[in-house]
Amino acid sequence: MNLASWFAVRRELSSKKRMLLSVGSFLLPLLIWCMVSYVPGIWHPMVMISNPGDVDYFQNGMLVDRDAFDEELKNMQSAHKALPKGDPANPIYLPAPHEVAKAFYTGFTTPPQQQDGQWLHESLLHSIKIIFWGFVLSSLIGVPLGILCGTYSAISRLTEPFVEFFRYLPAPAFGALAVAVLGIYDGPKIAIIVIGTLFQQILIIANTTRNLDYALIEAALTLGTNRFKLLFHVILPGILPALYRDQRILLGWAWTYLIVAELIGTSSGITWFITQQARYQHFDNVYAAIIMIGLLGLGGDLILAAIGKRLFRWDRPANKE
Amino acid sequence: MKKSIDLPSYLDQSEEVKARFERLKSREVILEVKNLCKDYKTGKGSVTALKNVNFKTHRREFVCVIGPSGCGKSTLIRILAGLESHTSGDVLLDGNPVTGPGRDRGMVFQGYTLFPWLTVKKNVMFGLEMNNMSETQAASEAALWLDMIGLEKFANSYPHELSGGMKQRVAIARALVNQPRILLMDEPFGALDAQSRSKMQSHLLEIWRNVDITVLFITHDLDEAIFLADRILVLKAHPGEVQELIEVPVPRPRGAMQFNSPEFLATKARLDELIHPPVVEQDVEIEVKPHMIRFTNVEDNVE
Repeated sequence: MNLASWFAVRRELSSKKRMLLSVGSFLLPLLIWCMVSYVPGIWHPMVMISNPGDVDYFQNGMLVDRDAFDEELKNMQSAHKALPKGDPANPIYLPAPHEVAKAFYTGFTTPPQQQDGQWLHESLLHSIKIIFWGFVLSSLIGVPLGILCGTYSAISRLTEPFVEFFRYLPAPAFGALAVAVLGIYDGPKIAIIVIGTLFQQILIIANTTRNLDYALIEAALTLGTNRFKLLFHVILPGILPALYRDQRILLGWAWTYLIVAELIGTSSGITWFITQQARYQHFDNVYAAIIMIGLLGLGGDLILAAIGKRLFRWDRPANKE
Repeated sequence: MKKSIDLPSYLDQSEEVKARFERLKSREVILEVKNLCKDYKTGKGSVTALKNVNFKTHRREFVCVIGPSGCGKSTLIRILAGLESHTSGDVLLDGNPVTGPGRDRGMVFQGYTLFPWLTVKKNVMFGLEMNNMSETQAASEAALWLDMIGLEKFANSYPHELSGGMKQRVAIARALVNQPRILLMDEPFGALDAQSRSKMQSHLLEIWRNVDITVLFITHDLDEAIFLADRILVLKAHPGEVQELIEVPVPRPRGAMQFNSPEFLATKARLDELIHPPVVEQDVEIEVKPHMIRFTNVEDNVE
């Protein structure tokens, strides 16, 4: 296999190579993580005490900085006392892959530590619910308004300057306000996701609508289409695949607002799970939960992409994806 | 120039052709353009795109509009379609002024403007359904037209599955199924390769022969204009004005062997003269003067 075939500029790779590289893109970070975790010479800035010797504050299983350990070792040597023993270790916030993998399973099987606490799957479901309603509410306003802005200059001028301004306001800044208006439960969380998504949505969809080939509209006009029918029979079907792609990207943005949203009012959902676990230093659970969010996001997007491919068979660029 | 000496004048018409033109001109006027002017407002002031354009088109006439680039031929057809406004003058269709786009003037564009989300059949049905025809009736009309353009097998294909020539066939059917008074065509075959282009020209003539339709066809290809047209409206650039309305003396039915007939060549010589006048050189906007330098050995001669 020659190297040139892998690095041809802007050429499609064969499907075998593509698959190989896609798997590799996940394996590569995993490999780095494994090396840092399992190869003792790499990093390992801490020492896990296996025998405290005569150092009075060392305990079995305690993690200390390597410098502190070396110093105590020297002290004990010069004092001719029992030497402490220990193995190189990583800090508590970097668990090894197998620990996280185990936490993936045990996270679901461990009952909540508090009586009114939620199981992991309940937390995840709650998060998905917040995302869902936030995104649906945002789309109910954003999609029609975006299309109208892209179609009629008057509506665009009346809306877009303000929207341009508002989208620079960070959504979390409205947290306190949202709690004051909507209470401490799900209301303000959904509101943050709506605020974070809606204003971008209007602008992106307005732009997508404007990108529709004007010649199609002219062709429809010469066929006797009136203005009202133009919107529903030409503009809407014409932009649908691009609109669908926009919505997929915007859904990704909604996910990025999730963590902030869930910290507002009473902490809930996957964020509550993460903060709880971090408090007890169960970092394996924290990593597992973070990876779960990623998998949910990516998995959802892949499913939507597959649905899109089926829905818009006529749209060639989409089928190439 | 030497050639034109042994050619007949493009004004000479055989008896047959003369009689055809008599009949043509006795038919009612479909489209009348009176003193049409179009000014564009730009940053530097206004630019005149069309100036005092006058002509009449009779029922079932085939008119080609030809002219150098920048003569405003596309502007003209877009005004006729109602897609652009004009500054002054009148455009009358059956005596009524044109105010906006409408189904009485079908249009075929240079770019492919089939709706990509609709099948071929649905594309042809589009105009009928927009004008409130029932779906079953529209479907049967569309089927008829698909048969006529020979694409009945592709009824359920999407536009991206068709070749360029096929797409333009569907575009023609889509416009004609609406029964417009006039079919406006803006360089419809400009993007096609030479072979499908000549096929489409014959196909268009065949449709025109069999359907009650008046055609106004824009092109920059002299052969295409002579091959298709009854009359050729020659425009000149800056500002766009009518230079001459030429009656093509080539008899119908037209065929490929007529490309070398004396009438054809005479007309072409005249068009050439009008569109590429010999004195125009100092008028060229940016003068390109190639300066040939030889990069090869003198003895390595390719000729």
